[in-house]
Amino acid sequence: MSDLLLLAVGASLVNNFVLSNFLGLCPFVGVSRRFEAAAGMALATMLVLTLASGLSYAAWHWILLPLGLEYLRTLVFILLVAAVVQLTELFVRATSPLLHELLGVFLPLITTNCAVLGVALLNAERQHDLLQSLVFGAAAAAGFGLALLLFAALRERLDGGDVPAAFRGAPIALVSAGLMALAFMGFGGLAAR
Amino acid sequence: MNAPGVLQATGVIAAIAAMLGAALGWAAGRLRPNADPLVERIDALLPQTQCGQCRYPGCRPYALAIARGEADIDRCPPGGDATVRALAALLGRDPRPVDAAFGKPKPPQVAFIDEERCIGCALCLPACPVDAIVGAPRYVHTVIESQCTGCELCLPPCPVDCIELRALPVVTAPHAAAAMAPA
Repeated sequence: MSDLLLLAVGASLVNNFVLSNFLGLCPFVGVSRRFEAAAGMALATMLVLTLASGLSYAAWHWILLPLGLEYLRTLVFILLVAAVVQLTELFVRATSPLLHELLGVFLPLITTNCAVLGVALLNAERQHDLLQSLVFGAAAAAGFGLALLLFAALRERLDGGDVPAAFRGAPIALVSAGLMALAFMGFGGLAAR
Repeated sequence: MNAPGVLQATGVIAAIAAMLGAALGWAAGRLRPNADPLVERIDALLPQTQCGQCRYPGCRPYALAIARGEADIDRCPPGGDATVRALAALLGRDPRPVDAAFGKPKPPQVAFIDEERCIGCALCLPACPVDAIVGAPRYVHTVIESQCTGCELCLPPCPVDCIELRALPVVTAPHAAAAMAPA
């Protein structure tokens, strides 16, 4: 149990996927302009990541390993991620057309969110069992969502701030992302991994 | 790599892809977007002038209001009696004349800019709901006739009154055809 907790803290805070592994940066910068969209994106990514890590565990341990087809890993995982994203898109469109509109092109783009593929590959690499894979996926997604929400809130505040002309827009966003990454390094001593 | 290995790999990928495809197909059937087909059908009967005379921001919001029962079917002057009849047939209600409070029905018309008098102020550009006016500040504007819905929304902003509406010579406007079509 404490192992799982350690795994979760490690994946969400200490080795935050965005701010210390630098995975999934495109949605991190792309969907952080508005807080509502960021919240939707965080939820959608959480769903996709957890489902995809479970499914890729199943594909890895029950199909690829028994058949000795380890080298197909990346291809199969991408296929699974794409399918889960499609499923999520159908689900979001059916339940909340407004959220679907807000997320726009970034919902299908979760497919290319490297954090999703990264979690699946790390799960296979570190030989996590099913429960560990699910916890790792959910924790990575929670870390991603936390970073995304914090960053979106920051950027909304920055919009009203008196930013020098040369820094407006992308530069100040990248600078504040860097500062956030520095701040997240403070979690480094929380759990050794 | 040997040939059976390639076949096996291809087979495994194909099998996984087929399984995922089947799952997605099933999900697409179950998780229908809850768009109301009735709204689509009402919207198809409206003239798409986007003129706002019904007090809704455009034809689709009005269609939504009709479908929800919030608005009656007699609020569309550009569509005239033909649209009311088509809506009445679709919804199983009695046709009635267009409510005069929302404006008088008119024949299909298009805006025309008198280029002698246009001063290129660009004030009419944002007013056009369908972007049928071409122009830029300090250049003479003109109307793309095939795009213009004759909604009259460009008339009030024009400071020199150089825009007038002319009746379409023949009834070829797509909205008129749609309004005549049986529901």
